Amino acid sequence: MILEFIAVNFPYLVSVSLLLVGLYAMIVRRNLIKKIMGLNILSTSVFLYLISVAYKEGGAPPIRVSEVEVYVNPLPHALVLTGIVVALALTSFALVLTIKIYKEYGTLDSDKLMDL
Amino acid sequence: MDDSIILVVMTPFVGAYLSPLLGLWRERLCHLVAVAAALLSLFFSFRLAGSVLTSGTIRYWVGGWEPPWGIELVVDPLSAFMCLTISLVSLLAVIYSKNFIEKELPGGKMTSYYTLILLLIGGMLGVVVTGDLFNLFVLTEIFSVAAYALVAISGKRGSFIGSYRYLILASIGTSLILLGTGYLYIITGTLNMADLSVRLPAFYDSWVVFGALAFLLIGFGIKTALFPLHTWLPGAYSIAPTPVTVIFSAAVSKVGGYSLIRVLFTIFGLEFITDLVPVAPALTWVAAATILVASMFAISQTSLMRMLAYSSVAHIGYVVLGVALAVEMGMTGGILHIFNHALATGCLFFCAGAVIYKTGIRRIDDLRGLGGKMPLTMAAFTLAAVSKVGIPPSAGFVSKFYLSLGALEAGEWIFVIVILLASLMTAVFYLRVINLIFFGGDKHEGKVQRDELPLSMLVPIIILALGCAVFGIFVGIPLRLVEPAVMVLSGM
Repeated sequence: MILEFIAVNFPYLVSVSLLLVGLYAMIVRRNLIKKIMGLNILSTSVFLYLISVAYKEGGAPPIRVSEVEVYVNPLPHALVLTGIVVALALTSFALVLTIKIYKEYGTLDSDKLMDL
Repeated sequence: MDDSIILVVMTPFVGAYLSPLLGLWRERLCHLVAVAAALLSLFFSFRLAGSVLTSGTIRYWVGGWEPPWGIELVVDPLSAFMCLTISLVSLLAVIYSKNFIEKELPGGKMTSYYTLILLLIGGMLGVVVTGDLFNLFVLTEIFSVAAYALVAISGKRGSFIGSYRYLILASIGTSLILLGTGYLYIITGTLNMADLSVRLPAFYDSWVVFGALAFLLIGFGIKTALFPLHTWLPGAYSIAPTPVTVIFSAAVSKVGGYSLIRVLFTIFGLEFITDLVPVAPALTWVAAATILVASMFAISQTSLMRMLAYSSVAHIGYVVLGVALAVEMGMTGGILHIFNHALATGCLFFCAGAVIYKTGIRRIDDLRGLGGKMPLTMAAFTLAAVSKVGIPPSAGFVSKFYLSLGALEAGEWIFVIVILLASLMTAVFYLRVINLIFFGGDKHEGKVQRDELPLSMLVPIIILALGCAVFGIFVGIPLRLVEPAVMVLSGM
């Protein structure tokens, strides 16, 4: 019963655990780089969720061919592509900020930075 | 089909492409490009508002693709109202930037500053006209990334940390928004807001819908800076260059509030959020907590910018409170307060920026005697502060009056007490500042001479200050858009 539940919902369970890992890293970890890694894990979990929802067992690519009946839903893929671009922009900007912060304060520890 | 709807969004974006090119040649041209783009956006917003008032909701199919497959832009009275508020404030902020940025952002940052600010404006205008939930997410990200960069642009002490904290918190928010959007798409198979609202009632008892609502609420709650998700705001506001802060407090946080309203009322519908899942009543309590806590923090601040920032958080609370009461008067007051607060907070931040520009003063105690030095600016500051406290006949009084009526109409008299109490607290910290400015004696003994601002900074300040007074008396002008907006939202 439980095993079956896990097998059927495996991608979703992975996605949820990644979401939690990402959130944990962003909120609890003190290192600024690790927070950014958390941000990436968080957005990846959302992407994984969308992609696994779009998947259909035995589905063909969404190109109309006469004998194929089941297609994979292409729209979530388009959403994820857009999301990846956004996440790239965010990550690169956050890393630039981190470099600037390190140059200015000489530390990446968010607790120490709060005291300054 | 009316083209103003796409032009209002595209004008700032085209300006954002032109500005780096022209900036290579002559840096000063960027300011002209930005002013022209903001002016055109304002013009198109007025045209939009005009046609919304005469012919009702306007729809535009991007690329000619029919919804729900293509992206649809929809302008109803609320969108037109937001467009006008955003483009008016943005135009004034861009004009104000001319002298301010030359002094405060030296070293060839002018080009990137104007490019980013145009992206910010375009993104916000896009959010308020789009009728597609995923498009809303993308445009939210566009203006957010521009906003993070604008917080960091000054390169001053603390600006990078302020920007970083804003980025981390806000991107948690946007990830959750994407997740919520995904949930809604999975269960209904559509991303179009109008289509969603038609299809959702069939799934009202599904956990997926509850999950989607929760993720979207938290996501936009962070963007709106509702308590306890407001922690990024004071740092970001007090560090960003003043014209940017004005756009933040008058427009960016309001756009978050707008997205909340859209999600709650257009997508989920009045019945779902009040009867089936009591989200709206819960939000009223969150808003009340936001108002009280932020006002309390504002009293204890020593920096003028931070005080204004906390006061701005409190006033977002009024907007959300009014709307979440979900009765006609309350919603009218909440939406009207978007505009009235934009005028007042814009004016106050402009004045605080003017003080920094002229004297470099950031602490409240150092403001002593500035009333003699910059009389016009300080008079405008007083007028806007009066509107924020809500003393009649200012604009702030009208919206707070509507809010209180709404609370009574909903039978929630406790919120009337909250509004009155918060107004008293607001009076405490503004009157303290005004008292110091005009009656605090002269700190710079013998040096007082009139030293007013350059015109490009003075004119926006005076326009906003007069707006605070004028729209308190001629309430009918904004109400012409607000009343149909409330009608559309509540489905009457």
